[in-house]
Amino acid sequence: MSAFSAIGIDREVDQNEFTPGIEPQATWCPGCGDFGVLKALKGAMTELGKNPDEVFLVTGIGCSGKLSSYFESYGYHSIHGRSLPISRAAKLANPDLEVVAAGGDGDGYGIGGNHFMHTARENHDMVYIVFNNEIFGLTKGQTSPTSPKGHKSKTQPHGSAKDPIRPLSMSLSAGASYIARTAAVNPRQAKDIIVEAIEHDGFAHIDFLTQCPTWNKDAKQYVPYTDVQDSDEFELDVTDRRNASEVMYEAESRLAEGEVLTGRFYRDDRPSYGQEKRHTGEMPEVPLAERYFNDDYEWERSADLMDRHR
Amino acid sequence: MTNDELLWRIAGGSGDGIDSTSQNFAKALMRSGFNVFTHRHYPSRIRGGHTYVEIRAAPYDVQSRGDGYNFLLALGDSFARNPQEGAYYGVEEVKPLSENLDELREGGVIVYDEGLLDEADVADLDERAAENDWHVYPLDLRGLAREHGREVMRNTAGVGATAALLGMELDPIEQLMEERMSGEILEQNLEILELANDQMSDTEFTHDLRIPDQGDQADEQDDQVLVSGSTSIAYAALDEGCRFIAGYPMTPWTDVFTIMSQNLPAFGGIAEQVEDEIAAASLAIGASHAGVKAMSGSSGGGFALMSEPLGLAEMAETPIVLVEAMRAGPSTGMPTKPEQGDLEHVLYTSQGDSNRVVFAPGNTEEAYEQTRTAFQIAYDYQIPSIVVYDQKLSGEMTNVDESFFDREPNPSLGSVLTEEEIEDAAHHESGKFNRYQHDPENGVSPRTIPGQEDGRFLVTGNEHTPQGHICEDPDNRIAQMDRRMRKLDSIRAELDESEQSNQTLVTPGEDEQYQYGIMTFGSQQGTVKEATERLNEQGYSVKMLGVSDLMPYPEDEVTAFLDSVEQCMVVEMNATGQFRGLTQKELGGYGDKMTGLLKYNGNPFEPAEVVEGFETSISGDVDAPGQTTKFVPAAGD
Ligand SMILES: Cc1ncc(C[n+]2csc(CCOP(=O)(O)OP(=O)(O)O)c2C)c(N)n1
Ligand code: SF4
Repeated sequence: MSAFSAIGIDREVDQNEFTPGIEPQATWCPGCGDFGVLKALKGAMTELGKNPDEVFLVTGIGCSGKLSSYFESYGYHSIHGRSLPISRAAKLANPDLEVVAAGGDGDGYGIGGNHFMHTARENHDMVYIVFNNEIFGLTKGQTSPTSPKGHKSKTQPHGSAKDPIRPLSMSLSAGASYIARTAAVNPRQAKDIIVEAIEHDGFAHIDFLTQCPTWNKDAKQYVPYTDVQDSDEFELDVTDRRNASEVMYEAESRLAEGEVLTGRFYRDDRPSYGQEKRHTGEMPEVPLAERYFNDDYEWERSADLMDRHR
Repeated sequence: MTNDELLWRIAGGSGDGIDSTSQNFAKALMRSGFNVFTHRHYPSRIRGGHTYVEIRAAPYDVQSRGDGYNFLLALGDSFARNPQEGAYYGVEEVKPLSENLDELREGGVIVYDEGLLDEADVADLDERAAENDWHVYPLDLRGLAREHGREVMRNTAGVGATAALLGMELDPIEQLMEERMSGEILEQNLEILELANDQMSDTEFTHDLRIPDQGDQADEQDDQVLVSGSTSIAYAALDEGCRFIAGYPMTPWTDVFTIMSQNLPAFGGIAEQVEDEIAAASLAIGASHAGVKAMSGSSGGGFALMSEPLGLAEMAETPIVLVEAMRAGPSTGMPTKPEQGDLEHVLYTSQGDSNRVVFAPGNTEEAYEQTRTAFQIAYDYQIPSIVVYDQKLSGEMTNVDESFFDREPNPSLGSVLTEEEIEDAAHHESGKFNRYQHDPENGVSPRTIPGQEDGRFLVTGNEHTPQGHICEDPDNRIAQMDRRMRKLDSIRAELDESEQSNQTLVTPGEDEQYQYGIMTFGSQQGTVKEATERLNEQGYSVKMLGVSDLMPYPEDEVTAFLDSVEQCMVVEMNATGQFRGLTQKELGGYGDKMTGLLKYNGNPFEPAEVVEGFETSISGDVDAPGQTTKFVPAAGD
């Protein structure tokens, strides 16, 4: 029997199971887009019949980072930019866990940019949600890597001279195997995308547009979106890398101009990192974490290696 | 010059096969019944430079490099050059031989490759040899190797010549070759070994140095293994059930990282080379949190990057073991040279009040013992523990009884609940597990693992409630802080009581009063021990203490030691006396009782330097005892 009996049991779950019955309730500002992510995530987990005990949600720091406080599961509110290395190790240690990482645009594309690039490249089987409000929320409105060029803030009073980062293109070139963008103003699409992302075996990156009414009133995050899947304009084939790349580029350029394109942009089905590692014999078949609860396991010892030292 | 011990140095450029040759020769000596200790010196470059390995072999216990050496096998021409100047950038200036022969003892033996020196050099060498009573044996190592195999096999020729000059049997050397090579390569090497041996045997010897007398030692030691400090650390981790490592290469930490990465897959574990050290430590946290014993580590600069995740592990109470292999700093410093300058970095880095455990093993056996303890403490107490050692201990190899490693594995996750236990454990009314209870006596509030039924809790690097939710309530803050700090008291008590008592090394006589004391920490213990023994032979009354766990500090033990001597010299490999400072801070005094002997030129202490420093210390003459060490008087009155 598994030492982690919460995992993989088919059952009906109630949306409320993902709400912590514990103070404090969400401290986000009224109208904050982060509520949209929380709702979509709960919806997706409910739809998939997940047990809160089998979900491991790792967040960074920022308003977005508080997601794990308001979502009931095993949670790790970690440090600024580091949710990915923590979560991908947990997934390697116990591939049966449903691992979700989340954080802001400053968190994921700024301080954690290096981790983002490499987690995408390695194609870990997990979901990564980036709350993209084009601003640093928690530290009170500084310019973020996604803030538009010319954006003025207290730390960039003359207006940013930098072009914003292109998260979708970046993700594609880094190697994510599932890439989507959705928006808090679009709860149904958001939930469907999270469901898909969880079901995808590989690194699923969701650039989640969230509005920050407190610090970024001008953002396009409020603007009605166009779904690239539903629109004939794009004839998007998500499995065609070149096509996906063009549509992403378009979506990122148009966002800067105030038009919001969302939907699934890319998907490939190459084996996830865990699968690859198992193929090469670098990772055990049975979740490593199980072994510590298995009294019959015969532990290898350094004494077995002594021949080479004689 | 004594014939008691052999101090064999093999020198050449990086890439000349110095490492493998010395390892095999050390094993041959070990198998012939000697105790061996190797010391490795190399520049930070891939090819060339001046590299050497010293093997000290004696019938008695050797835990340190000696004072200089008495046998040189010069493979490459680097011994004819000055290793210091511009070596890093590869613009080496040819210097007189003397530069690299400074440490060769009087009466010492030199075998070198005939073609390496031009006439002027030979004349210079002969002159120096006459002055120092050196015995020089040129041999065409390269030609021999080329003729009967390949040029790289000149090291084999050198070993063959060595054996002849020392009057040593070839059997153990040949045996080792047979175990490691096969086919044509083996044939050629055996031939070259014997030819060089014969050729040298035909020469008339003028030197006295012979293979040391083994006395009562057994002829053969089948029960000995040759291991380095890094090997010990890695093997201890494996025996503690550590099955996850994440790292990023940095010398000398790379040694542990490599050994683990090579062995973990076969042991069903996982090794990850990742994008940087912040990630490395964070992965260790993630794996440990998910229920796998995990470690990471680095050297100075990389460890600096880990300071943020280290703080998280402290606050979140996620057990991890980090290794810090020190090299000379600051910044990139001297990548391949040892120093003990990261001590304060390791003790205090990261924000807030430190809440970690730090071990500083003194030799290969302690490296094993303490790394095992580091895992046990980390997992029992949910606290990061750090094993700090240095480039010296990392690379040096000693023979250890094989049975030493024949231990029970310990796969226990420590303070983790099973699902049955979770059912009975305290939960918040919402159903959340009370992960961070205020009340446990020893500070440890048991944890659960993601995926366990009804074990849900939140972790945060923020201050938090028992369920893990962010909380800035003053009472909760005090309760949580106090509980985390209580762990250190419990850990200290446990370490003090432990039978192993590998934390200190006292010679001779534990409680007795002595006139003088010498105190040190980490890798300098063997050297200081040897120096202490020599001082006592000279008639001084000296005892020594090697401290190998640093946080929580062994206050009682060190206090008792300092009280039992009139004056104490603290020996350490850094420029600012960090260990002496730590002792003063922890004990709140003793500044006027402790002098300091420091060395920070990139080389570890030799016993004679400690002896010399000691004589300076007691003479009241504060002038530096030598060129390479620095003496610091006690705080004035
Ligand atoms: C190492 C480090 N640097 C800086 C901070 C301060 N900090 C906290 S949140 C934050 C910005 C968060 O912005 P973003 O990731 O966009 O998230 P949001 O608050 O907008 O959701 C910063 C800079 C920190 N906690 N740690
Ligand atoms: S500051 Fe912005 S991002 Fe943060 S909670 Fe308020 S609205 Fe949301």
